Amino acid sequence: MADHAAAVAHQFDDAEQQREAATLGMWIFLATEVMLFGGMLTAYTVYRFLYARGFAEGSRQLDLWLGSINTVVLITSSLTMAIGVHGAQVGRRRLLVTSLLLTILLGVTFLSIKGVEYAHKFEEGLVPGVDFTYTGPEAPHVALFILLYFMLTGVHALHMVIGIGAVSVVAYLGWRGRFGPAYHTPVELVGLYWHFVDIVWIFLLPLLYLLRH
Amino acid sequence: MTSPAVTLAPVPQEHYLNVDYGVRSWLLTTDHKRVGLLYLIGITGAFFLGGFFAVLIRLELLTPQGDLVQAETYNKLFTMHGVIMVFFFLIPSIPAVLGNFMLPLMIGARDVAFPRLNLLSWYLYMAGAIFVSTVVVTGGVDTGWTFYTPYSTMSSTSHVIPTALGIFIVGFSSILTGLNFIVTIHRMRAPGLTWFRLPLFVWSLYATSLIQVLGTPVLSIVILLLGVERLLHVGIFDPALGGDPVLFQHLFWFYSHPAVYIMILPGMGVISELVTCFARKNIFGYRFVAFSSLGIAVLGFLVWGHHMFVAGQSVYAAMVFSLLSYLVAIPSAIKVFNWTATLHRGSISYQTPMLYVFGFIGLFTIGGLTGLFLACIGLDIHVTDTYFVVAHFHYIMVGGMVMAYLGGIHYWWPKITGRLYPEGISKLAALTIFLGFNLTFFPQFILGYLGMPRRYHVYPDEFQVLNVMSTAGASILGIGYLLPMIYLVWSLWYGEVAGPNPWRATGLEWQTPSPPPRDNFTTTPIVTTGPYEYSRPRGEHG
Repeated sequence: MADHAAAVAHQFDDAEQQREAATLGMWIFLATEVMLFGGMLTAYTVYRFLYARGFAEGSRQLDLWLGSINTVVLITSSLTMAIGVHGAQVGRRRLLVTSLLLTILLGVTFLSIKGVEYAHKFEEGLVPGVDFTYTGPEAPHVALFILLYFMLTGVHALHMVIGIGAVSVVAYLGWRGRFGPAYHTPVELVGLYWHFVDIVWIFLLPLLYLLRH
Repeated sequence: MTSPAVTLAPVPQEHYLNVDYGVRSWLLTTDHKRVGLLYLIGITGAFFLGGFFAVLIRLELLTPQGDLVQAETYNKLFTMHGVIMVFFFLIPSIPAVLGNFMLPLMIGARDVAFPRLNLLSWYLYMAGAIFVSTVVVTGGVDTGWTFYTPYSTMSSTSHVIPTALGIFIVGFSSILTGLNFIVTIHRMRAPGLTWFRLPLFVWSLYATSLIQVLGTPVLSIVILLLGVERLLHVGIFDPALGGDPVLFQHLFWFYSHPAVYIMILPGMGVISELVTCFARKNIFGYRFVAFSSLGIAVLGFLVWGHHMFVAGQSVYAAMVFSLLSYLVAIPSAIKVFNWTATLHRGSISYQTPMLYVFGFIGLFTIGGLTGLFLACIGLDIHVTDTYFVVAHFHYIMVGGMVMAYLGGIHYWWPKITGRLYPEGISKLAALTIFLGFNLTFFPQFILGYLGMPRRYHVYPDEFQVLNVMSTAGASILGIGYLLPMIYLVWSLWYGEVAGPNPWRATGLEWQTPSPPPRDNFTTTPIVTTGPYEYSRPRGEHG
């Protein structure tokens, strides 16, 4: 592996300090992300408590099959991501690049399925504020549920898009041979981010899709 | 504080200001000191723009009738004043200017942990400021700085979305600064600089940063929800469509009450530095002062409900929030008592920064004690939305934070610029600000207690005398604020050359030339003692 001592930025004394700082920075960033989703999940929880029936009815409008398939896709992508990080740590370039490309592929698959789900909602007239034709006694609360569904999964999808971009950059750098046992912090950090986005979905699935009754 | 007592030239040959020149070298800088100065420029602009709206408010309130502006315009005046002062001056003021400049110097580091992120945070600040400035020019916003729904989403016809977008963007600037500071304090300390040898300003920045990274994302998301509701006319917070406006207030204040501590904690840190230096004493109760910063940060997250005593939250919730609000008084009082004990039998010198310290301690105490009035549910119902509340938070924000900010600017000015400010006129300015401040805001306590509501441009005739006093005070205060602006700029060319340590202070930032070199220290300092070793014989510290 190449000597990466030259890659230490001027404000750091050594590569160790740089790695520790970057890792801590990422963890703090993830803490801010928890609070970001936490605000919306609080709103969800309050309304779920107030309008349990409307929210269950709203949940039944979602496609449990597509949601479940997406969960499998995303968990698999976390596995390939973890293998990629391992590949970087032990200096196996092909393993690293292949795993990251698979991660990207799975991420794109997730977004495509999500896109199909969104398209169905537009066709069915289940988009509050744009085209909402659902009627019934619980209609306003179903609208509130669907709206929170769009907000939560939309912000999550935005994180997926950013994640796919970050994995692409790291995959390119890995292909160029930048990472090895001596230096692989960026792969680890992108991995942390990817797993975080995955975990957010693990919370969204039961809250949005499974609380149907 | 450090071991080698190197002889330092009064003005070094090469320092961070002359290492390179040109607009490009500033706009692409990653030097924390230059980023601090970029922030200083932005924040000074915000301060005077926000102040301009305050002037118009006070002029309108000179007479009981609405003769200067109409009600709609008045709504926009106090909204723009609040938005600009809170989000674009108070929150970034001390952390982004003094913190950015001083934090790496105070911990013996060459820079913050993530210098490019630091520059990015300034660009985000400016981008947010441009949105809000555009709003100012194109007609303003009238919701109050709190953006309460459903008025802000359903009724207001003013520029809510661009303003919200500006605040959304500047929030990320705040998050990045906080993240950068936490990592810097954890990972960038000089050898020997243990946590309990950190200057108390660093402790207060750490506590502030925790609030910034944990609170601001909630503000971002509530602004996003507000924007969606306004654009799509859906009912997240609108009761007519099944939403709950009190939920908006919960989410908003979950950030915005801790944000009040973003606006005061760094000021408390500055005061701890100043009071030790100008009393020539070690701080009384170092650990209590350090931990009280963390205590305020933690408790600050648990008291947001005291903004909603009359908004329809449950009585039990209100009682718990009331009790917790009382508890915040404890760490705040610890600080005030410890500063006072530090003064006791100190060799006090009355230089300008110290005058601001006295101003801060007195005014913060009044602001804090009147806060207890407001934490008391029964009393709060009487004074909710009156000038009593306005006076209370201005005693904290202006009497506290702005005093500390100006004190810190004066204290570190020689380090930042290499020049001393003129002593005589700066004392006059500090005195003017103190007198003007009290004349402006003390009558407002009385007005509020007598029942004058906030946010109206007309009032009954019997309130006029106190309002005229307040407006007169504001004029004096305005002059007081213009004076430092003038003489500090003057001192850049004509000020006395300061030398590395004009105050004979002990902090690490004084152990390097003024202005400091690009990498802050010629050799990384090794720390062997606490931050305020003023009791050791002269000559032992650098």
